[in-house]
Formats: sequence, C-alpha cells, structure tokens
Amino acid sequence: MSSPPSSARLDRAGTLTGLKRMAPISLFTMAFGLAFGVAALHRGLSGLEAVMMSGLVFAGPAQFAVLEMWGPQIPLVALIATTFAINARHLVMGAAIYPWLRHLPPRQRYLSLTLLSDSNWAMAATDYQRGDTDNVGMLVGAGLALWLAWLIGTLLGVVFSSGISEPERFGLDVIMSCFLMAMLMTGKRDLWVLLPWSVAALSTLAALTWLPANTHVIVGALAGGAVGLLVPGKPHRKGVSA
Amino acid sequence: MTLPVSPAGALAAIVIMALVTYLTRAGGVLMMSWVPIGPRMERFINAMSGSVLVAVITPMAVRGDDAARLALVATLGVMLATRKPLPSIGAGVVTAALWRLW
Repeated sequence: MSSPPSSARLDRAGTLTGLKRMAPISLFTMAFGLAFGVAALHRGLSGLEAVMMSGLVFAGPAQFAVLEMWGPQIPLVALIATTFAINARHLVMGAAIYPWLRHLPPRQRYLSLTLLSDSNWAMAATDYQRGDTDNVGMLVGAGLALWLAWLIGTLLGVVFSSGISEPERFGLDVIMSCFLMAMLMTGKRDLWVLLPWSVAALSTLAALTWLPANTHVIVGALAGGAVGLLVPGKPHRKGVSA
Repeated sequence: MTLPVSPAGALAAIVIMALVTYLTRAGGVLMMSWVPIGPRMERFINAMSGSVLVAVITPMAVRGDDAARLALVATLGVMLATRKPLPSIGAGVVTAALWRLW
C-alpha cells in the first residue's frame, strides 16, 4: 500500500479526467435536480429562483429542507441554522482532505472547495488516500459534472412541473420528504445512530408543541448532535476517513 | 427576523444560503490550519447531520396526510432493502399517488 501523495496539482487535463469519470454518475444527480425543480415550484418558488438556488447553493438536502420554510415570510435564523446544520458534514469532509489541498496555492484551494459535495469528495478522497493521484482536478472536474447535472436537472424539473396543475394527484408533493428520508438512510448503517435520531425526533416534537415557531429544526439538530457525543466512537479510526 | 417572499426577499434568502453553504465547504480546510477537528467534534457533526434531517422530516410525518406518511414508510422500506435513493423516492411518490387514487 502506498502512502498518500505529498503533492497536489490542479490543471485542465486533470479536471477533464474528473469530469469524464463522474459524468455517468451525474445522471442520477440530474434526476434529483428534476425532483427539486418540481418540489420547488410546488412550494411557490419561481422557476428562476429554483434554478438560481441550485446554481448558487448546489446542496440538495439543504435545498429540499428549506423548501418547507418557504411561506409568506421566510424565517431567517431558521434558514441559516438549517442550512448550516445540514451542510456541516462538509466541515468534516474538508478537514479530511486538508493535508492534500494544503499543497495548492490558497486561491486554487478555496475555489476548488466551491464544488465540494458528497460524491466528488468520496471519489477524490478515496483516490487520494490510496495514494493514487495528486490530481485535485478529480475533485473539481467531478464537482463540475455534478453541478452542471444538478442545474440542468432543476431546469428540466421547472419546465416539467409547469405543465402539471395538480401535483398532489401524482404524489409529487411528497418528493421533498421522501428525498430527505432517502438521504437520511444513505449513510453508514450503524444501530447506534438510532439513539441521537430518536432524541432528535422527540425534541423536535417537543419544540413544535412548546417553543416558538421555526425553532424545532435547530432544537432537534442540536439535541441529536449532543447525544452523538455520548455514543461510543469507532474503535479504530482509520486515517482521516470520515 | 423574517424575509418577505418578494423577489428581493427570496433572492436574499438564496444568497444567504449560498454563503452559509460555502462557509461549510471551505470551513473544514480553513479550520484545520489552526484548530484541527478532533474526534469529539466529528462525532457531534456526524450525529447532527442525521438529526437535522430527522428534525425536518418529523413534522412532515406528523402533520402530513396518510398518503404522505405511507410515502415515507415506502421510501424507508425500499431504502433499507436496496440502499438506492432513486427507486426509494420513486416508491414513495407512487405510493402517495396510488393512495390518493382511492
């Protein structure tokens, strides 16, 4: 087994390699983008707003989750807290590839990170930890493929959705909750997660009943996170893998 | 504090989301240059990222109609069986549509 490369490069050829490798997988992302476009229009976003959100935010779970808050008034604190809590996993992902990215000039490093998301991180981090490549273009190119697919998918969803007058009849209103449920079940299967999750569900319900509106997501997320501290950690921490 | 869903309010909400999201993308790398993320912090973040989804889904399950609840169960079931998100979401949508057909 070789050790991780102690250098990093970012160039056009390497980026193209990453783009090509992620292209087939990004078709799935396009389908999720389509689902988001449909759900966003159903929740009252304009087509332009939905596409802009996908282009600028580029984070599926957070985008689906905030749709729930899209009412006549958007609660600002809840919006920020929910976005942060759902995307906080990026912090762990970024930390894991820090030893690699630190070899890049800061500008390239922080530009590359605009495209950090789950699939391209998993692909690039695996390559890096195997010592396979110093090519950060794997992260950037694959991220670009995902971003394009997410954007095009959203656009397709917006076009598709504007032709449907009763989304409920086709079950399209449940896309949002089903997407979030699927994302919840994607991670590693470990029965211990049931403990923080149950506490999160119960505190969310308690907050819904007794606390001011829009506090329930923050309360649930923090309560679940706090319980996560009590759950025994992994016996072996292998390198920096998250 | 709230933002009105005027075009400007919605745009502001989107830009704020984009900034917060970028902060999380760059934050891990940025933080590691001075304070490394230790195992405890990592456990907190990992538990929190699942819990926040639970916190968003719970009210949908509690306040939704039977079709919405059944859709969640269908998604959960297919996800446990196959681990494939797209078929799972599809199962949820079809379940809701079929239930409402009745």
